[in-house]
Amino acid sequence: MKKYKIHILSIIAAFALLTSCGNNNGQNSSNGALNASAAEKMYVAPGEQDDYYAFMSGGYSGNLTVYGLPSGRMFKEIPVFSQFPTSGYGYSEETKPMLNTSHGFVPWDDSHHPDISQTNGELDGRWIFINGNNTPRIARISLSTFETEEIIEVPNSAGNHSSSFITENTEYVVAGTRFSVPIPQRDMAISDYKENFKGSLSFISVDPEHGHMDIKFQLLMPGFNYDLSHPGRGKSHGWFFFTTYNTEEAHTLQEVNASQNDKDFIAAVNWKKIEEYVNNGGGTKVPANYAHNVYDESTHMATTTMKKEVLTVDPLKVPGAVYFLPTPKSPHGCDVDPSGEYIIGNGKLSADLTVHSFDNMIAAIEGKKFDGEAYGIPILKFEDVLAGTVKSGGLGPLHTEFDGKGNAYTTFFISSEVVKWKLGSWEVVDRKPTYYSVGHIMIPGGNSRKPFGGYAVALNKITKDRYLPVGPEMEHSAQIYDISGEKMELIYDFPTHGEPHYAAGCPAELLAPKAKKIYRLDENKHPYAINNPGEAKVTRDGNEVHIYMSTIRSHFTPDNIEGIKVGDKVYFHITNHEQDFDVPHGFAMIGQNTSELLVMPGQTKTSVWEPKQVGVWPFYCTDFCSALHQEMQGYVRVSPANSNIELSWSLGD
Amino acid sequence: MKKASILMIIGSLLLLGLFIYPLWNIQLGAPQYPEPLGMNIYINGIKGQSEFDIQNIDGLNHYIGMKTLPKPSDMWEFSVFPIVIGSMAALGIVIGLLAFFKKVDHRWFLGWFLVMTILGILGMYDFNAWMVDYGTNLDPNAIMKLQNPDGTPMSYKPPLLGHKKLLNFDAYSYPRLGGYLMGLGMLLTLVAFFVGKRSKKNAI
Repeated sequence: MKKYKIHILSIIAAFALLTSCGNNNGQNSSNGALNASAAEKMYVAPGEQDDYYAFMSGGYSGNLTVYGLPSGRMFKEIPVFSQFPTSGYGYSEETKPMLNTSHGFVPWDDSHHPDISQTNGELDGRWIFINGNNTPRIARISLSTFETEEIIEVPNSAGNHSSSFITENTEYVVAGTRFSVPIPQRDMAISDYKENFKGSLSFISVDPEHGHMDIKFQLLMPGFNYDLSHPGRGKSHGWFFFTTYNTEEAHTLQEVNASQNDKDFIAAVNWKKIEEYVNNGGGTKVPANYAHNVYDESTHMATTTMKKEVLTVDPLKVPGAVYFLPTPKSPHGCDVDPSGEYIIGNGKLSADLTVHSFDNMIAAIEGKKFDGEAYGIPILKFEDVLAGTVKSGGLGPLHTEFDGKGNAYTTFFISSEVVKWKLGSWEVVDRKPTYYSVGHIMIPGGNSRKPFGGYAVALNKITKDRYLPVGPEMEHSAQIYDISGEKMELIYDFPTHGEPHYAAGCPAELLAPKAKKIYRLDENKHPYAINNPGEAKVTRDGNEVHIYMSTIRSHFTPDNIEGIKVGDKVYFHITNHEQDFDVPHGFAMIGQNTSELLVMPGQTKTSVWEPKQVGVWPFYCTDFCSALHQEMQGYVRVSPANSNIELSWSLGD
Repeated sequence: MKKASILMIIGSLLLLGLFIYPLWNIQLGAPQYPEPLGMNIYINGIKGQSEFDIQNIDGLNHYIGMKTLPKPSDMWEFSVFPIVIGSMAALGIVIGLLAFFKKVDHRWFLGWFLVMTILGILGMYDFNAWMVDYGTNLDPNAIMKLQNPDGTPMSYKPPLLGHKKLLNFDAYSYPRLGGYLMGLGMLLTLVAFFVGKRSKKNAI
């Protein structure tokens, strides 16, 4: 009888294997040996496309990279806060203004936390926002062109880290300061930090139609470090939660001095209340100086506006707007579950996770169960707001994401693992190692009201021996886990680009159908664009020369230019006349002190060249555009500064 | 006979679909064009299957020295065809109405069908001649001058009907909705003739 049973089992197993071969979507459950192999789960066959987009911050690359899940293939690097010679972003005349700040042109930043726009707490795929950490800025990226459209500088902030998280209808993108600083900035002794420095939490409104950002108000908080944040959702919509550390207000050797208090705080901010206060004329307008850079898709051009004023709000002037929730061990990640009930403080110096309850918090506020105050802000009693503690057995919890099925996934930096636990019962159901020292984790939609689940991506800080060695400096590693089953299953391990901190993901069908293929030439309003090659011309205004040039497979119009002189400032305005998907043309001029241009179909970009030597100097197309790409080239004759040669231009003469 | 006349009228009306829908379609697919480029041929001009297909086909054709695709004003056919189709539809409807009121008999249906068939064959002949001209009458300074194995210049004429390989492109040439409606309409007029013939026989 026993033997018989085994036979039946093996037949069932064989059948399961046969049927699972046809299932290449990687969604089947992952317990037991009857399932398809890990390789099969992440395998996306040639010609097939991924199920999800994943947007990973570039960290110190300043950019945002776009990947596919489950394949781990990289599709694009979107330049955001850093110059990008590949496309000419930050080098072309049109995009240089994108990197303007109150400190002048800042060609780099440290990008951390991408967040996709939401409607009713669900990802809507209009835009993705990301913060520049070093010179505080928030960027908005279009999810139809996958290009950066807007960057706003955040004044009175330093180390823009608890950013760029959005409220559930994208009312605000929120930017909190990591460093407290003197507000306004002034010359003072660093040792006078305590009680003098302030931490600003900026609520930046997002225009629902165009996405344009504007700082609605800055909340001036006590001089703690505001580490991470997340919005309330569902019933807690209208609140925003920020983890703090250094409530000790140490100004030196924070490693030790900011780790003394057993508990720091999660700051709960009722932004709806403050919004009402501000709409009724509350707050104080103070002088400021910050850049607002907007790229216009129709002119293909960015402009900078310097803003001179910002509205600040003193939290004590808005009673009931801010409370502190004591949270143990210098909490790092601040995550809110899909229902909006649980606020998770990932106490990075402990083994446990502290989970606060929104309902408890409201009850404690209503019952005035305070445990003193900090700078006039009420501190709620820890025991009264606590929902539970996850006894994980790991060490160094940093960040938590959700699968929408009642589970939470927390990363543990020190013990280098992902721990899956249940919301409500706080029981640990699974744990899997990461390689190594994981920071953030990302589940598509995992910080929204409607997570999509499917996969979790662990973004690690240490790579060591995971890949072939390439010297001391290497890319960071990431791992993909199939989370469709009860147990997580590691299915892929791949290097990323830069240092991804947080990431955001969404189903492919949310973005793929509306991804732009070309820019329409008939909608190109660039002042130096030409609509047909017949309009190509060269004009001179003093020593400034403007070349109106067009490209189409496989020539530049014009391709012979004479009458340029040493000392001229030559602007090549290049309009790509292609209206065919994936036919960019490039442009590079010998000896130019800038990058190439990569011009998309229907787009105009401008490159400056200041010739210093007499001669006949070539330029060419840098993108292998066609079979005659190598023929796509031209010459500029440069004459001495005092020459009388008239400007002339031609093609095919 | 009433039934036959109604069929005749419907058949003739279906020709008018050519004023809305394309008569013919030529598609060009290649490895780097997973979404093929295509042109829809209407009786009054050629339009891209997608908005920029004509521009992109012309862009590719310049490598082999082919003329750019004709605008409506470049070819007499695009002004004459609508008149011919409109007239034939009107004539068919008039014949159908006259037959309905028993002024003419079913032989007029066959007569109309034969005239339309001859016009159709002439149209196809003209279409083919146009494609031969475009496919072989190439710029002598073309960027790519390719020869057949026997040394004659390669022709890029798309097939009149069906599939043909043109260098890296797969060309497909088939009727489109307007063409199918015309075919169906003509078939109905032929059916009308036989129905009319039988009803006359039954009447005798």
